[in-house]
Amino acid sequence: MTEKVKVKLLTDDGKRLDGRALNELRPFRIEAGVLKNADGSAYIEWGRNKIIVAVYGPREVHPRHEALPDRMLLRCRYSMLPFSVVEERKSPSPTRREIEISKVIREALEPAIFLEEYPRTSVDVFIEVIEADGSTRVASITAAAVALADAGIPMRDLVAGVSIGKIEGKLAIDLNGLEDQHGEGDMPIAMMPRLREVTLLQADGRFAPEEIIQALDMAREAVLKLYEEQRRALKEKYSKVSLEYE
Amino acid sequence: MSERVYTVIPAPRREAIRSMIKRGERVDGRKPEEFREISIEVGVAGNAEGSARVSLGHTKVIAGVKASLGQPFPDSPNAGVQVVHAELIPLASPIFEPGPPDENDIELARVIDRGLRSAPALKLEELVLVPGKQVWRIFVDIYPIDHDGNIIDASGLAAMAALLNAKIPKYTVTAESALLKSEEKTRLPITDIPVFVTLAKIGDAIVIDPSYEEELVMDARITFALTKDGHVCAIQKGGRGGFTLEELTRALEMAQDAAPKIRTKLESVQGSL
Repeated sequence: MTEKVKVKLLTDDGKRLDGRALNELRPFRIEAGVLKNADGSAYIEWGRNKIIVAVYGPREVHPRHEALPDRMLLRCRYSMLPFSVVEERKSPSPTRREIEISKVIREALEPAIFLEEYPRTSVDVFIEVIEADGSTRVASITAAAVALADAGIPMRDLVAGVSIGKIEGKLAIDLNGLEDQHGEGDMPIAMMPRLREVTLLQADGRFAPEEIIQALDMAREAVLKLYEEQRRALKEKYSKVSLEYE
Repeated sequence: MSERVYTVIPAPRREAIRSMIKRGERVDGRKPEEFREISIEVGVAGNAEGSARVSLGHTKVIAGVKASLGQPFPDSPNAGVQVVHAELIPLASPIFEPGPPDENDIELARVIDRGLRSAPALKLEELVLVPGKQVWRIFVDIYPIDHDGNIIDASGLAAMAALLNAKIPKYTVTAESALLKSEEKTRLPITDIPVFVTLAKIGDAIVIDPSYEEELVMDARITFALTKDGHVCAIQKGGRGGFTLEELTRALEMAQDAAPKIRTKLESVQGSL
């Protein structure tokens, strides 16, 4: 690792700088159906992260030659708004990081969707990060799964994600921006909470093999909490709709 | 492999591969935990500071290292710069198309970069001549030239072999921070030799080092980069499927078992320099 300015990420009583315990998530809230035009949408606030997701489809594929004969084409675009970052304005054109994240998000969502039910169609997932504070890819996945369900896309399960990082040699859940920048490692994990399948797993930094097993366990517990909020958000939208019709 | 390369695998072939794997067999006769033959040749591009050509079965990858002096990143004034670039060129397979880097090129480069950086393969702090002003910028360029599966692991081997092979000019820094180049050359400050191990999930089976055909039928893949002391220094899951926790544990164990043997190939490159 490079010699960056050492930032102390744990206080003397073992708490993190924002007062959290190592295994404590930041507060999160999800809302489903927040946009009029999109077929499905969701908004998530998680810590200081604010992310909006729109889903369009299933619809005709453009350009047409990209259509798949045996399954739906899922496309994802993860994008950070130029003013969403702490640092200088981010260029609006997609960075290499955003292109890679778009790919791994798509591959995290695909296992949950019955792609083969909609051949020759596309579903587009557009993710815009309004404010970023670490772990945005897993927050995006958590919101995107709700937006897909809101669009009525048949799914095996929802997908929820959390990052496990290493700060001062200890595993910590749900890294914020500062912890991500100065920590020793980051392992974003996404799972289908009921099916207990891991659909996104990445890591940088050094982890002992036991730490990876432990991190997966921590993630499994955390995604169940997120799953509750995802379901609550979806139910709330439909209870609102049914009230309107009564 | 001069047979036709298909992009969509015929259904009978697909079924054959998947049903054999259920019985613990693979179409090319390998065991689930068996890597293909690895060969490494270094110094294949004379104008590069370091270079290597790696064969992994029929998969072939060339990597080259160029080094130049330049400014450090503003947030790391006391560290050299590592840049990894990869391009899936149409020469290597009919499935690769010309054009600007797409998500596959970018993912490959970024996974290799993270593995090398987190290990760390290079001690970047030792690549500083004048702190904040003059540091070595090390560029690793990866070019697969024949794609028969598992480009990631072959690229990791090629990149690491090229770094081990590289020599850069020695400089002395005068009191006025002027740089004097000497005729002498020196090796790069290598502190670890990370090894990339990719496993494919096909049905309920996990197989190491998937061939191209196996990649066409796999549900998902997972790559672990492992350091000398057995730590994991990068992970990347890919593909449309998911892994159960039990499958991930099994994959990690298979990767750990395979890594030391693969590393000996790189160590023999290091030893022969």
